[in-house]
Amino acid sequence: MRVLSLGRWLRAGRVPPREPASRPSGHRHSGHRPQGPPQELPQGPSQVPPQQKVSVEVLEHLEHLALVDFRDSEGVERLQKAIQFADQLHEVNTDGVEPMDSVLEDRCLYLREDDVTEGNCTKELLENARETVEEYFVAPPGNIPLVKLEGQKTFLQGSK
Amino acid sequence: MLRSSLRQVSAALKEGRVTPTELCQRCLALIKSTKFLNAYITVTEETALKQAEESEKRRKRGQPLGILDGIPIAVKDNFNTAGIETTCASNMLKGYISPYNATVVQKLLDQGAVLLGKTNLDEFAMGSGSTDGVFGPVRNPWSYSKQYKEKSVPKSHSEDEEYNWVITGGSSGGSAAAVSSFTCFAALGSDTGGSTRNPAAHCGVVGLKPTYGLISRHGLIPLVNSMDVPGILTRCVDDAAVLLGSLAGHDPKDSTTIQDDFKPFELPDLPDVSKLSIGIPKEYHAPGLSSEILSLWSKAADLFKNAGAKVVEVSLPHTRYSIVCYHVLCTAEVASNMARFDGLEYGHRSDVKDSTESMYAATRREGFNDVVRGRILSGNYFLLKQNYEKYFVKAQKVRRLIANDFGKVFGSGVDILLTPTTLSDAVPYTEFIQEDNRTRSAQDDILTQAANMAGLPAINVPTALSERGLPVGLQFIGRSFQEKQLLTVAKWFEKQVQFPVIQLEEAERHDNGVFQHQKSASFS
Repeated sequence: MRVLSLGRWLRAGRVPPREPASRPSGHRHSGHRPQGPPQELPQGPSQVPPQQKVSVEVLEHLEHLALVDFRDSEGVERLQKAIQFADQLHEVNTDGVEPMDSVLEDRCLYLREDDVTEGNCTKELLENARETVEEYFVAPPGNIPLVKLEGQKTFLQGSK
Repeated sequence: MLRSSLRQVSAALKEGRVTPTELCQRCLALIKSTKFLNAYITVTEETALKQAEESEKRRKRGQPLGILDGIPIAVKDNFNTAGIETTCASNMLKGYISPYNATVVQKLLDQGAVLLGKTNLDEFAMGSGSTDGVFGPVRNPWSYSKQYKEKSVPKSHSEDEEYNWVITGGSSGGSAAAVSSFTCFAALGSDTGGSTRNPAAHCGVVGLKPTYGLISRHGLIPLVNSMDVPGILTRCVDDAAVLLGSLAGHDPKDSTTIQDDFKPFELPDLPDVSKLSIGIPKEYHAPGLSSEILSLWSKAADLFKNAGAKVVEVSLPHTRYSIVCYHVLCTAEVASNMARFDGLEYGHRSDVKDSTESMYAATRREGFNDVVRGRILSGNYFLLKQNYEKYFVKAQKVRRLIANDFGKVFGSGVDILLTPTTLSDAVPYTEFIQEDNRTRSAQDDILTQAANMAGLPAINVPTALSERGLPVGLQFIGRSFQEKQLLTVAKWFEKQVQFPVIQLEEAERHDNGVFQHQKSASFS
C-alpha cells in the first residue's frame, strides 16, 4: 500500500482499468454521462524519483532573495512539499512545446501614446507612506547586505 | 425587496416603489444584523448613504444613470477604492487608504451604484476557504439557514450552531456571503484559480469568471497577472449579464484588455439549447468527487439531452496536471507581485531602521502571514536560475498543453463544457482547518483552475441542495469571449433547476416589502 500525500480522499493502490471510452451516439446509452471510476491524480512521492532535501545554502539564498524568512521548520517543510508537488510536472512530455506566457499571445498589447494624461498626485501618494520628508520617501541606509546584521537571527542562521 | 434580483429591484426603483435611500438603509441594517457572518471588512455607511441620496435626486429628476443607479453592491477588499481602506485582509495593508478607484469600481460608481463596503477574503486572495485573512474567517450564510439546520443532527442547543458553521469557500468568500445573505444585489470578486466560482458554489449564488482580457484589472491588487480576472457574483444569471455589460470593455489603463468593441447584451427570455453541443470532460470526474455531485452532474447532462442538445463525452488529457502547473506559475508570479510590499511607499512599515534590506525583511515578516510567505518562498525557488527551465518554463509548456486541450475540444464542435464546480458541499470550518492552506487549495481548485490557465470564461450556477441542506453548483465553461452563449446556456439551466431560496431568519425579518419568491421545485 503506497502512502499518498494529497489529502484524505485519494485511494491507495492503482485505479482499476476504466471501461472502454464510450462513443458519442444519439441513442439510448449513457455515453454522455460522466462515467467510470475517478481519474487518477498525480501520485505523491512514490512515482517521482526521491528528491534531495534543499540545502541550507539554497534556503538562505531564498530568504535573501525574497526578503522573507522561513521562520520555523514548518516553513522549510512547506517548501519541501511544494517542490515535491511541483516535481510531478516532469511526468509530462513537453518536447517541441513552446512555453505559453499569456493566453492573449495572438494579439498585440495595447500601447498608448506617450502623452501625459494624469499625474500631479504627489500629495496623495505621499500620504500613504509612513516616513517622508518634503517630497521624498525616507529609507534607512542602503547597500548593507542583510547577512552581516545583528539583531534578527533568522531561523536558518540559528539552526546552523 | 432585499431578496429580489438586481433587475427586479432596479425596476422597483424606477417605478418609485422604493427609494435608493430606503434600499441602502435596509441593506446597511441587514449587514449589521448579519455581522456574525464576518462578510464585510469595511462598511462604508456614510459614503453609501450619500451615494444613495445622489441617486435619489437623479431618479427624481428622471435622469438615472442606468440600470445600476442606486443599487447597493459590495466589492472584494483587493480592489482599490479611493478614500476607503483596502486591506486584502492582510497586516501589510491595514490602514492603507487607496488614492484611486480600480477601473471596475469606477465604472460601477459612474453608473450610480451604491458601494456598501469591502468584503472579506483570504489574505491576498490566497486560499480556498476565506479563512486565512487577518480579520477572521467568513461564515457561510447557509450555516444559519432553515434548510441546513433542519438537516443537522440535533445535538445540544445553540452551542453547536457555533461549532457547525460551514465555510464559504474562497477566496471571494465575503462577496459570496454578502450576495447570498441579501445584504447587496451584486458583488465583485476576483478569480485566479476559482476564487469566484468556488465560494459561489458553496453559497448558492451565480459566480461568473469572464474571459481573461475582457474586464480591466487596473486597480485589482494582482496575484497572478496572467490569470487574474475580476469576478461577478449575483443571485441570478440575468444579473450577471447586467454587471458584465457595465464592466466589460477595453481600458487604456490595462493593456491586457482586448481592444475589440464589447457590446452589452440581454439574454433571451426563453433560451434554446437544442442546437448546442455540450461536452462532458471525463477527467473532471476527479478523485474525491462526492457521489451527490456526480449524480447531479449526470442529471444535468440528461436535462440537456432531453432538451435536444448534443451531449458528448470529451477528454482534456492534461487536466490532472493543471493543478501542479498552476501551483508553479502561481507561486512564481506571486513571488514577483509581492515584491512591491516593502513598507517604503505604502502599507505596513517595520520600526527596524538599521538598513533598507533589514527594514524590508522585517516589514515583510510582520506583514505577511504564513500562506503568503510560503508562496513567495516557493515561487522564488522555482525562479532560481538552476530551476527556471525545470519548473517555470516547464510549467509554461504544460500550460500550453492544457490550453490546447480546450482548443481541440472546442474546435471539434463542442460549444460548452459542463462540469462540477467543487468536489463536495461546504465543509464545517473545524474540519477545513485540519489541513493547511496549500493542500486545501490543491484539492479545492482542481475543477476550476484549468479555465484560468486557458483564460476561458466559466460560470457557476447553483443547482440543488445537498443532503446536508447546503448548496451545490455546476460549472459551465465556454469559448473565449463567448460570454453571451455561455450565459444563455447558464440561464436556461438556471430556469430548469429552480434552485431554492435560502431561508434566513435575519433576512426575513428585515424584508417586509415586495418580495419575489422562487418556487422551489427542487432539482434533486
